[in-house]
Amino acid sequence: MSAGNGAAVQDPPVKPVKGRGPTFVTRFLESRHLGWAGLAVGLLAPFIIATPYAMDVMTSAVVFVMLAVGLNIVVGYCGLLDLGYAAFFAVGAYTSGVLSTELKLPLLATIPAVIVVTVLAGVIIGGPTLRLRSDYLAIVTLGFGEIIRITANNLSITGGPSGIYGIPGLFGDASSDPVVFYYAVLLIVAVAVLMAARLGRSRIGRAWRFVREDEDAAEAMGINTYKVKLAAYIAGAVWGGLAGVLFAAQLSAISPASFTFLQSALVLMAVVLGGMGSTPGVVLGAIVISLLPEMLRGLADYRFFAFGVLLIIVMIARPQGLWPHRSRER
Amino acid sequence: MLEVEDLRLAFGGVLAVDGLTFGVGAGEIVSVIGPNGAGKTSAFNCVTGFYKPTAGRIRIDGADVTGRRPSLIAAKGVSRTFQNLRVFGEMSVLDNVRAGTHLWLRQRVVDALLHTPRYRRSEREGTDEADKWLDFVGLRADRAGLVRYLPYGEQRRVEIARALARRPKLLLLDEPAAGLNHGEKTELLDLIRRIRDLGIAIALIEHDMGLVMEVSDRVVVLNFGREIADGPPEEVRGDPAVIEAYLGRDADEAEVEAAREEVGGARGQ
Repeated sequence: MSAGNGAAVQDPPVKPVKGRGPTFVTRFLESRHLGWAGLAVGLLAPFIIATPYAMDVMTSAVVFVMLAVGLNIVVGYCGLLDLGYAAFFAVGAYTSGVLSTELKLPLLATIPAVIVVTVLAGVIIGGPTLRLRSDYLAIVTLGFGEIIRITANNLSITGGPSGIYGIPGLFGDASSDPVVFYYAVLLIVAVAVLMAARLGRSRIGRAWRFVREDEDAAEAMGINTYKVKLAAYIAGAVWGGLAGVLFAAQLSAISPASFTFLQSALVLMAVVLGGMGSTPGVVLGAIVISLLPEMLRGLADYRFFAFGVLLIIVMIARPQGLWPHRSRER
Repeated sequence: MLEVEDLRLAFGGVLAVDGLTFGVGAGEIVSVIGPNGAGKTSAFNCVTGFYKPTAGRIRIDGADVTGRRPSLIAAKGVSRTFQNLRVFGEMSVLDNVRAGTHLWLRQRVVDALLHTPRYRRSEREGTDEADKWLDFVGLRADRAGLVRYLPYGEQRRVEIARALARRPKLLLLDEPAAGLNHGEKTELLDLIRRIRDLGIAIALIEHDMGLVMEVSDRVVVLNFGREIADGPPEEVRGDPAVIEAYLGRDADEAEVEAAREEVGGARGQ
């Protein structure tokens, strides 16, 4: 290749696309209107099946999408392996749960407080840990995840191991229609997904990707990598905390058992399965991870075995994820 | 522009840089040369904040930046490329160059979340700027594709375009000609001159003496972390200390005699 193109360097005609051009399918998959199509699917789902059980599963899936999109900011955009993401989920759920039951507030009214508390939690956990890189960071976040859960298990204000009961619904009424609640959650999560995607396509979002690719080169371009990583961590914390509010609203009861390492691992699995850094991929990954065990219910005791085998097959066949971040971008 | 004063850098007991003093004036091209391991890249890493110097002062436009973090030094108007190419491989060519716009692009997080007019304006500005510098460095490849897929020479251009998009006052190039073929070197020579014509000062580490002698206003020569010469290219080229550092030195009569005696003495025992 290098032989023969010595002195005279000619301009070859610019040929922008290698191999096949964009097909209809790829053009659709990269279209800006895709988000609307996804939202339409979510809006139409209750018309297909609306049993209380199905609504419950679907609502959980949508909340899980929010968690995965939040973790995607930290792991996918910024490349910070966080194994304790459930900590922020717990902080959000407990903050809204405690405030709403103690002060008799509807859950939506606790959101400003939840944002403040999760930002603080992000700073407190991220501040010392983000000086570490890769594996060390993963271990320390794992530790913090457990610390938050064990703290909730031992404080009286969080109800100890039995948790908090009687959390009111989003609008203050405990027994709202599951379909209405589903739509409320869907709209909130849709906005959250859109916001996360927009963050990814901005000055700060690019800075996160630069840090993920090469921290030193990012520093050399004037990006304070510490601040930028902390910003990613805080954004992830806020998304996780708000997902916690939705979770508390759905179950009306929370306990430390909901915020184990398994939960963190499942969210991470959704991000990796879908395609790190890719918003549609992560949404799809989260839906697969949360719905697949339900779909496999027919297998009874073997369903988690089948779930594991399917995940392994997917990761072998598509290591980049189900729907990876697009490689061409102007 | 840049003043480096009595810079020292020790790794354990090894003095990588040992009392280096040099400066780069506005709009000047200064080359730093020396044999492998002379401390050139270490000195660059001190100037850009990647290493904390053991002693000495580094000033940019009179402001002391010794030991500050690299992003702060970049914010003072310094931009650099790396010896072993540090592009963001999994990102598009345009995104790579947009990295340079990070420091001056006016866009807040709120703008990005709400897609305000300011967001659209700043994104367009960033893209135009990236395209402008890619044109400037003469990148011929696909700009929407990943940098990883580009040939080496093109990746070098992307790295320089990224450094220029920072709109620097001082650009540090660490062996920009390494791995380039003859034609690409000629283009690089032209590119360096065009960068200088924009009023950007350049500090250059380079092994290609043809290139160095051709473009430099001044040449600083390092050997074993010490500065052994500093002057215009033609003066440095004739400097005996420089020739010695590069080629070694002919022993004079007395030394030959002393060595003979030593060897003879050893044999005699």
